[in-house]
Amino acid sequence: MGTSETFQNYIINFGPQHPAAHGVLRLLLELDGEVVQRADPHIGFLHRGTEKLLEHKSYLQGVPYFDRLDYMSMMSQEHPWVLAVERLLGIEAPKRAQYIRVIFAELTRILNHLLFIGAHGLDVGAMTMFIYAFREREEIIDFYEAVSGARIHAAYFRPGGVAKDLPDGLAERMAQFIENFPAKIDEYESLLTDNRIWKQRLVGIGTVSPEDALRLGFAGPMLRGSGIAYDLRKAEPYDVYDAVDFDIPVGKNGDCYDRYLVRVEEMRQSARIISQCLQQLPDGPVRHDDFKISTPYRNEMYQGMESLIHHFKLFTEGFVVPAGEIYAAVETPKGEMGVYLISDGSNKPYRVKIRAAGYNHLQAVDFMTRGHMLADVTTIVGSIDIVFGEIDR
Amino acid sequence: MSGSGAGALYWSEKQGARLDRLEQLLALRYSHLTRERRRQPLNDALILHVEAAQLRETMRLLHDDAELDFKLLIDLAGVHYPDRARPLEVVYQLLSVHHNHRLRVKVALDEGDVVPSMTVVWGNASWYEREVYEMFGILFSGHPDLRRLLTDYDFDGYPLRKDFPVEGRVEVRYDPGLKRVVQEPTQLSVPNREFYGRQRS
Repeated sequence: MGTSETFQNYIINFGPQHPAAHGVLRLLLELDGEVVQRADPHIGFLHRGTEKLLEHKSYLQGVPYFDRLDYMSMMSQEHPWVLAVERLLGIEAPKRAQYIRVIFAELTRILNHLLFIGAHGLDVGAMTMFIYAFREREEIIDFYEAVSGARIHAAYFRPGGVAKDLPDGLAERMAQFIENFPAKIDEYESLLTDNRIWKQRLVGIGTVSPEDALRLGFAGPMLRGSGIAYDLRKAEPYDVYDAVDFDIPVGKNGDCYDRYLVRVEEMRQSARIISQCLQQLPDGPVRHDDFKISTPYRNEMYQGMESLIHHFKLFTEGFVVPAGEIYAAVETPKGEMGVYLISDGSNKPYRVKIRAAGYNHLQAVDFMTRGHMLADVTTIVGSIDIVFGEIDR
Repeated sequence: MSGSGAGALYWSEKQGARLDRLEQLLALRYSHLTRERRRQPLNDALILHVEAAQLRETMRLLHDDAELDFKLLIDLAGVHYPDRARPLEVVYQLLSVHHNHRLRVKVALDEGDVVPSMTVVWGNASWYEREVYEMFGILFSGHPDLRRLLTDYDFDGYPLRKDFPVEGRVEVRYDPGLKRVVQEPTQLSVPNREFYGRQRS
């Protein structure tokens, strides 16, 4: 018989220019035939040194940097930063501002999950989904624009509240959108949930047991997809999450399909939260009344010397935060996003460490892809819902 | 379970009660460890100071003990304090999903000290340690693959140290003559402006 031949494993470069790499992921895949033996993600192509830059910016100037972390769920990223600063200052935003922040955090969750199902569908071959998802995304981005003037990088959440009150009629428009939205989710589900091809590509792929999910540091929908019902909105309610009623969807098998189902159900729950918030929305100010911290009102600045001085001081040297340290975390659409903030008692942070949710998830790609076929890599990378802005920081 | 709307102070107190219980547990079982409690109205935290030599066994205990149950390594950060006797610090944020309590573990280090790697306890420590290594130059012993993670493949220096300039030391550009990317010392055409530097009230 013939001589026995040994074949070396083959290494391919997936990305950084691959359309299914969701940006700038370079993945070195060691293949045995078509089966993945090892995956080595190389990250950092979008590293902008946010943590270093924040040490040289005032606390208010820090806000826009957070939009640019996970640039697909912008306002959710500002949330931990403003909470960390507020808690270190020992202040709370007014109730109306807290409600507005929750409304926009949840709109952002819908925004993010819409991109997720759209892009994930595109990766797996369900092209139509992308168009459907972007139809509703557009409306939410319009709400962003109405409230902050910017469609993506809003910089709307501020330490001590939000930048501006809702413009006239926006609450009604949002209520209208939320009323129609569950029917839209049914539409998405009719395209995907029972789709035979969709299930063939997702069920049983990238399965993670609850123990492994904890070992790998999962959070958010990834952790809940593996059956652990942990959600910061329930575990450590911030802003007014303890005043609304919602459920935490949990997966059973921990595969890509369960993670998809969890995210779809989260959109429904977000819609529930928003409609409750819109009903409960109290009147009142949207900025903290200590104008040494929050921006004075424009009309008062034209007449009052005090307001003018506050404004000048705030936008030149910023405000001083007492020395101390804090870890503040929120449930962003991708999982727990935390800010570990150390202040030395000056107007600029001493050190900021940003805990990005996708970081651990991407790290687990090696674990999740081992033994799967090459074509499943895109499914697994897609189901993580990665955005490189937050991973590379 | 309809919401109560009790507010942030209420939840902070509730978190404080959990930390009280955790503090008692730690005092009872691990009395040799230095604890520190930071108690502020909205910012309540329990901090454990550990020496690098005891770190691995301490973390093992924190991870394995059913009542402490710190199964999640949430975050790992390096901090540089050039003015301190021990200028470097590694900070671990731990979370127990089942008991819903958090703990911060700090390890103070001298220049050149080596920290035992926690990859054997939490799988996700790997990238965090690589990041701390590349940003601060802190070495982790027993790490399977301590390479740079976020910065360029041939990057030099530890960018998050306080003595590293924010604009960096080198800049890159494409040299059409050499037909490759070259590194040159950073030259700012406009000086880096920090009009209102670090100010205290």
